[in-house]
Amino acid sequence: MWRVGTVIALHDETATARTITLEVSDWPRHVAGQHVDVRLTASDGYSAVRSYSIASAPNSEGRVELTVERLPNGEVSPYLTQELAVGDRLELRGPIGGWFVWRTQQTEPIQLIAGGSGIVPLMAMIRSRASTGSAAPFRLLYSVRKPEAVLYRNDLQTLSDRDNKVSLTYAYTRATPKDWPRAPGRIDAALIADATWSSNLAPTCFVCGPTSFVEGATDLLIASGHGRDKIRTERFGPTGDRK
Amino acid sequence: MSSHTYDYLDGNAAAGELSAIFGMDVTIAESQCAHCGAIKRFAEAHVYMQAPGVVARCAVCQHVLLRLVKARQRAFLDLRGMTCLILDTSRFLESGR
Repeated sequence: MWRVGTVIALHDETATARTITLEVSDWPRHVAGQHVDVRLTASDGYSAVRSYSIASAPNSEGRVELTVERLPNGEVSPYLTQELAVGDRLELRGPIGGWFVWRTQQTEPIQLIAGGSGIVPLMAMIRSRASTGSAAPFRLLYSVRKPEAVLYRNDLQTLSDRDNKVSLTYAYTRATPKDWPRAPGRIDAALIADATWSSNLAPTCFVCGPTSFVEGATDLLIASGHGRDKIRTERFGPTGDRK
Repeated sequence: MSSHTYDYLDGNAAAGELSAIFGMDVTIAESQCAHCGAIKRFAEAHVYMQAPGVVARCAVCQHVLLRLVKARQRAFLDLRGMTCLILDTSRFLESGR
């Protein structure tokens, strides 16, 4: 049930988010969008379990990347983002979930909408699309507080430059880059109309982020004509991250 | 329909604990609410994890579907809020597919 993963690399994505690359010897191939439970056990036997989305594309090498955002009062995330070292071992359960997933056989247009660290499972979908040579047209609308908080910026740019069927739109909520055309603000109906697939194309939509963000984005999609059955959501809770 | 406290997650969040019990993925299972009769994927349920256990509520009417408490090497699973849980037995957990 619980497998052991060994940390083989650590990479800081932003000032508060770190990607942990694990090698898990008996790892079953995952599907983009799935998550794992991570269990930490203290020397006195106290243990804490947290869920983290997988950021990497499915692969046959047993490699799993998790991107963890440090929460100021977190019990687990400060350890994972500040103390964990290469060579350390972590207990994992998973891959988990068969609903919030993108499978490479899917050819319909895909609309991804991320709020903050909700980008993580959507990044796995974009990477999975690239690694399998899928031609499914993808659009990403990525809402993030400020430019410095963007995860995977270079990777996203590279994947989008390489293939014009992957388009990116950033929506900054607090601070924008210089001369940015849109004032800081939440995703609204105008942005949904400009930057996402029309409901006429019947895209499958994946929305991931804090619960309030997911509710807001889902309501906007439904108001613009998308069927509820075409929208799949993953909520991270009130803090903007899983506990 | 949607609560404004935003303190809930999706059925996905409880999937690790539940799949350990059921031996298969439960997020794609369909559950019928015993209160309003809605049939939804378990992934769409609203899940509250800040209690001593896990509580899943119907996304349509908010009635309790499931409660799970783990204590002293036991799991207490209360499913009275569902009239039926439909599991796809062709999809076993370990493959993740």
